[in-house]
Amino acid sequence: MTRVLGRILSLGSGAVGLALVLIVVAIALIGPFVAPHSPTAFVSFSFAHPTGKYPLGTDMMGHDTLSRVLKGGWRILIMSTGATILGVGTGALFGIWAGYAKGVTDEAIMRAADVLMAFPQIILALLFISLLGPRLWLLTVLVGAIHAPQVARVFRAATLRVAGEDFVRHAESLGVAAWKIILREILPNVTSPLMVEFGLRLAYSVTLIAGLSFLGFGVQPPTPDWGTMINENRIGLMASPWPVLIPILLIALLTIGMNLLTDALARAMLGGARRVDLASPPIEDMPGAAEREIAVAGVLR
Amino acid sequence: MKRLIIRRLLFGLLTLFLVSVVIFAATEILPGNAARALLGRDATPDALAAAVARLHLDRPLTTQYGLWLGGILTGQPGNSLVNGRSVLGQVMPRVENSLTLLVLAGLVGVPISLLAGIFAASRRSGFFDNVVSVTALGLAATPEFVVGFFTVIVFATSVFHWLPPVSMVAPGASVLARPQILVLPVLTLILVIFPYLFRMIRSSMIEILQSDYVEMARLKGVSRGRIIFVHALPNAIAPTVQVIALTFAYLAGGVVLVEYVFAYPGIGQSLIYAIFARDVPVIQFEVILLAAFYVGLNILADLITILVTPKLRARAWQTS
Repeated sequence: MTRVLGRILSLGSGAVGLALVLIVVAIALIGPFVAPHSPTAFVSFSFAHPTGKYPLGTDMMGHDTLSRVLKGGWRILIMSTGATILGVGTGALFGIWAGYAKGVTDEAIMRAADVLMAFPQIILALLFISLLGPRLWLLTVLVGAIHAPQVARVFRAATLRVAGEDFVRHAESLGVAAWKIILREILPNVTSPLMVEFGLRLAYSVTLIAGLSFLGFGVQPPTPDWGTMINENRIGLMASPWPVLIPILLIALLTIGMNLLTDALARAMLGGARRVDLASPPIEDMPGAAEREIAVAGVLR
Repeated sequence: MKRLIIRRLLFGLLTLFLVSVVIFAATEILPGNAARALLGRDATPDALAAAVARLHLDRPLTTQYGLWLGGILTGQPGNSLVNGRSVLGQVMPRVENSLTLLVLAGLVGVPISLLAGIFAASRRSGFFDNVVSVTALGLAATPEFVVGFFTVIVFATSVFHWLPPVSMVAPGASVLARPQILVLPVLTLILVIFPYLFRMIRSSMIEILQSDYVEMARLKGVSRGRIIFVHALPNAIAPTVQVIALTFAYLAGGVVLVEYVFAYPGIGQSLIYAIFARDVPVIQFEVILLAAFYVGLNILADLITILVTPKLRARAWQTS
């Protein structure tokens, strides 16, 4: 673990990524305790310019922008993490199950995954939100469900490579139950894609959840939230850019940091010997594209 | 080869069929059916019953599905629940506007991305390559709507005041009547697709420029430009074309966010408004259109792969 961390840090991009992620996470998690004002108190007129007392000015409602920024990040982080755990967890489970069971089970799981992947991802989320209304748990579950099919493909491929190995056959010949083989023999041998998938998916969860909040389907005003703030305050961009600029900046730094970090993680697990080329074939998220699976598998082989 | 292509097309049709089932099932079976969505929670039982009959909600689900799919396939997806106007009549102009954005982004963005990638590959690790590669890395990781707002803040509201921040168009007027409103949405889409195309063509070119036949050409004294554009590019372009198709498929989702940033009158913005209004027929029709666009471009990408992969091509010849 420390060795992998060391390698990540030795890659410049990995160190930058880690720093960006830590900064934004610190703002989101420590922010609520140090916010100078209540995020819902009316402190001045709409879109007031920054002053000493209100360093980022005020938003559409005359709330203190800085306090809203400080208190508006933790929900996105928790929802993204929850969605990612859910999506990678179920995806990995179904993928390993499909890859190990083969035959009809495999076909059924993977064809179901294909249907889910036939929707543009944010459209799939919007379809269900349109029916059930904007609820935070629903957003989290939907984003998890969007990840699951793609994660399943990666893990199915990884499982297929392991399932024919002697140690698996050995366990089978001893009559070990299938679920035990999956948990004890196969899962420990497909953990390297697990970490990379988790990193990629986490960055994409943030993108999706912030995007859905921006569209108005996430945290509802007056509760502060980075995505919602962008939507609320964009009409005042001419008057004061800060209530929009700071949230988009934080979201961008977070997703860029996560991508750099995950990229460095993938390279570190490769062995770290390869020349670092920032623009080598993308292993990062390209939603809906089957070649991603191949790219990730290729990098981790 | 024919058989492989036909199989892929049939599989695509099957996928679309299943997609339509999912959309229908989701909108009909889940709580909050169309009649209640239309009338709200306080609807009287009589009003509810009338709406149920009008929307055929009293028929068996399979019949409802048949009526619905038949309507879409014959170009009569029904009327909006909100204003009673034909869904087709209000959605198609939006589709045109969205396609205008995508086509412009493709016409301008694809050549720029490819040229940048080719140039970066030909001077690998040079100044241009390093700067653009790092930029592409950042852009690829930035959400589309964030890119959109950066362009607004820089070019419309805060740094420069060159362009309108939102797309104000008179209802029914063409977006082409005010071309300046297209600039920022198109720029955003170009910035969104740029990193994928740039990185793909760059890495293909780098691989090919290291191959033996390019080395041979170089030793023969063929000029640099001729090596790049005549010898290397034709081989690098094939995998890139597939990525172009996939990137545009991806935009079926991305365009929703980008249009919402600029209040651009396209299918994405219309979908968001329909969701707020719970206008189920419009939602169903727009989601199926976007899914069809997505599935269609994925099929196209696969067909291109089949056509340009010698191994698949050879196998296809043998079996057909």
